[in-house]
Amino acid sequence: MIRFAAIRLVEIAAMLALMSFVIYGLIGLMPGDPVDLMLTSDPHLSAADVARLKSLYGIDRPLIERYLAWAQMALSGDLGYSRLFSAPVAAALLPRLANSLELLGSSFALAFLLALGLGIAAARHPGSRLDAAINFTAFAGISLPTFWLALILMLIFAQGLGWLPASGMGEAGSGALLDRLRHLVLPVATLTIASLGGYTRYVRAAMRDALGQDHIRTARAKGASELRVVWHHALRSALVPIATILALSFGTLVSGALITEEMFAYPGMGKLIFDAVMGNDYNLALAALLLATAVTMAGNLAADLAYAWLDPRVTYR
Amino acid sequence: MRLPLLLLGAIAAAALAMPLVAAALHADPSSVDLLDRFAGPSAAHPLGTDELGRDMLLRLLEGGRVSLTIGVAAALTAAAIGTAIGVAAGYLGGWTDRLLMRLTDAVIALPLLPLLIVFAALDLRKLGVPHWVADSAAISLLRIVALAVLIGWTTAARLVRGATLVTRQRDFVRAAQSLGAGTLHILVRHILPNVMAPLVVATTLSVGDIILLESVLSFLGLGVQPPLASWGSMLSNAEELMNSAPLLAVYPGALIFLTVIACNLLGDALLARFDPRDPARV
Repeated sequence: MIRFAAIRLVEIAAMLALMSFVIYGLIGLMPGDPVDLMLTSDPHLSAADVARLKSLYGIDRPLIERYLAWAQMALSGDLGYSRLFSAPVAAALLPRLANSLELLGSSFALAFLLALGLGIAAARHPGSRLDAAINFTAFAGISLPTFWLALILMLIFAQGLGWLPASGMGEAGSGALLDRLRHLVLPVATLTIASLGGYTRYVRAAMRDALGQDHIRTARAKGASELRVVWHHALRSALVPIATILALSFGTLVSGALITEEMFAYPGMGKLIFDAVMGNDYNLALAALLLATAVTMAGNLAADLAYAWLDPRVTYR
Repeated sequence: MRLPLLLLGAIAAAALAMPLVAAALHADPSSVDLLDRFAGPSAAHPLGTDELGRDMLLRLLEGGRVSLTIGVAAALTAAAIGTAIGVAAGYLGGWTDRLLMRLTDAVIALPLLPLLIVFAALDLRKLGVPHWVADSAAISLLRIVALAVLIGWTTAARLVRGATLVTRQRDFVRAAQSLGAGTLHILVRHILPNVMAPLVVATTLSVGDIILLESVLSFLGLGVQPPLASWGSMLSNAEELMNSAPLLAVYPGALIFLTVIACNLLGDALLARFDPRDPARV
C-alpha cells in the first residue's frame, strides 16, 4: 500500500505539471491581457510604450518559453505578483484559503452530522413513510440550484426579516467574533442544504446494505439491542463507503463553494478564482487553480487509501 | 414514475407551445415595453412583466426551450461519446482500456467548476475564430453544450465499460464470436442492447445536472447571452433587482428546481424498474 501511495503521489505531481501547462495556455486565451488593461486606463501610452511593456512582461515571447520561465520561478517558490491584490500571490492566497476552510469545514461538519442522522433513520425503516419523506427531501436538496437557494435565503432572512447580513465577512473591532459568526450563518446554511441531500442518500444506501448483511442477523439472533445493532454492528461496516465519500469531499474543501462565496461576497478561494480569471490576474488565477486541483487530487487519493485501510478485503497492487 | 414524467412533459409541452402563447398574447418574448415595467399579473401579461417590460410568461417559456434543449442535446452527446469510449475500453481491453480509463479518472479527479469557468471565459477570437462567429448566439449555445459534454462523458464511459466487461463473457457473445461475427456486429447487436438500461438511467439523471450547470454558467454571465434567455440568465438579471421585484427571481429558479427534480425522480424510478433486485440505490 505504501508503494501504491508513492506511485499515486508521483502521478499527482505529473498531473499537476501537465495541468499547470494547460491552464497557463488557457489563461492566455482570456479576453484582453494586462497591457491592454493598462492601455485602457492610460490613453496616453504610445505604440512604442505598449511594445516595451509587452516585452517587459514577456508577452511577446512564445508560449512555451513563457511557461518554462514561470515554472522555474514557481519551483523556486516565487509564484509572482497579483495585480488585483497588489501583493505577492502567496500573500493574497493564504488568508482566502483560511476563510474558505472555515466556511466549508463548518458546513461540511453540519451537513455530515445531519445526513448521518437522517440516513440512518431512513435506512432503519425501508419503505416507510419516514423513508419516503427523507428520500424525497434529499432529492429536492440535490435538485436545488445553489445560487437560487442563496438568493431565496437572502430574500427571506436578510431583506424580509432583516435578521442577518446578506454579504461580506464582518468588520474587525469590538464584537468582531459575533459579527463574523452572523456573516457565516447564511453561507453555511446554503452550503449545508446544498450538500445534505447527496450525503443523506449516500448514508442511507450504505446503511441499508449494512443492515442486510448476515452478521447483523447473527447479532439480532444473539439478542443484541436494536441500538447496539444499528450503531455498533451496522454502522461499522457502513463506515467504509461513508469514509470514502468523506475523503472525496475533502477535495472540494478549497474551491467547492465558488457559487456560494460569489453570491454572499464571501472572501474565499472560490470567489478568488472567479475574480482572478475574470480580472486577467494571470499569476493569481494560475496558482489558485493549481492549488484547487492539487487538493482535489489529494482528496481522491485519501479516499482510495481510506477504503483500503478500513476494508481489509481491498488491496492495491 | 408517473408524476415526474407528467411534470417534465408539461414543462416541455409548454416550452414548445411558446409561439402559440405568444400569438395568443399578441407579444413575443423579447418585445420591450419601457412604459409597462414591473407590471403585476394581468390578462395581457399573466405573470406580469420584467425590468424591460417584457412578458414574464413568454420569457420563462423561451428560457425553458433554451435550457431544455441544451440539457437534452448535451446529455445525448455525452452519452454517445461516453458509450463509444466505454465500449472500446471494455471490449478491446489491454492498453486501449488502460489508456481510456486513465483519461476518465483524470477528468473525474479535477475541480470541474473552476476549470469550466476558465473554458467558458475563453476568447475564441484569440484562437483565430472570426468575431461574428465567436460572438454569435449559436456559438454561446454550442459552447455550453461542449462544456457539459467535456465533463459529462465520464459517467457513461465508466458505466458502459463495466457492463461491457460483464456482457462480453456471456455465452451468447462467445457463440456469436465462434460463428465468425465481426467485432462491430457483436458490439452493436449483442453488447449495446445489454448496456442500454444503466445508460438510460445515467442519461436521464445527467439532463438535470446539465440544466443546473447551464443555469450556473448563465447566471455568472458565461452561458447563454442576451437577447436569448435561459432560466439561469434570467436569474442573473433578477439578482440586481431583488429589492424591487423579488418575484422575477422566484419564477425561473422554481422552474429549474422542478425540471431538475423531475429528471432525478424519473432516473430513480427507471433505475428501480430496470433493476428491482437492488433495494439500496445510490
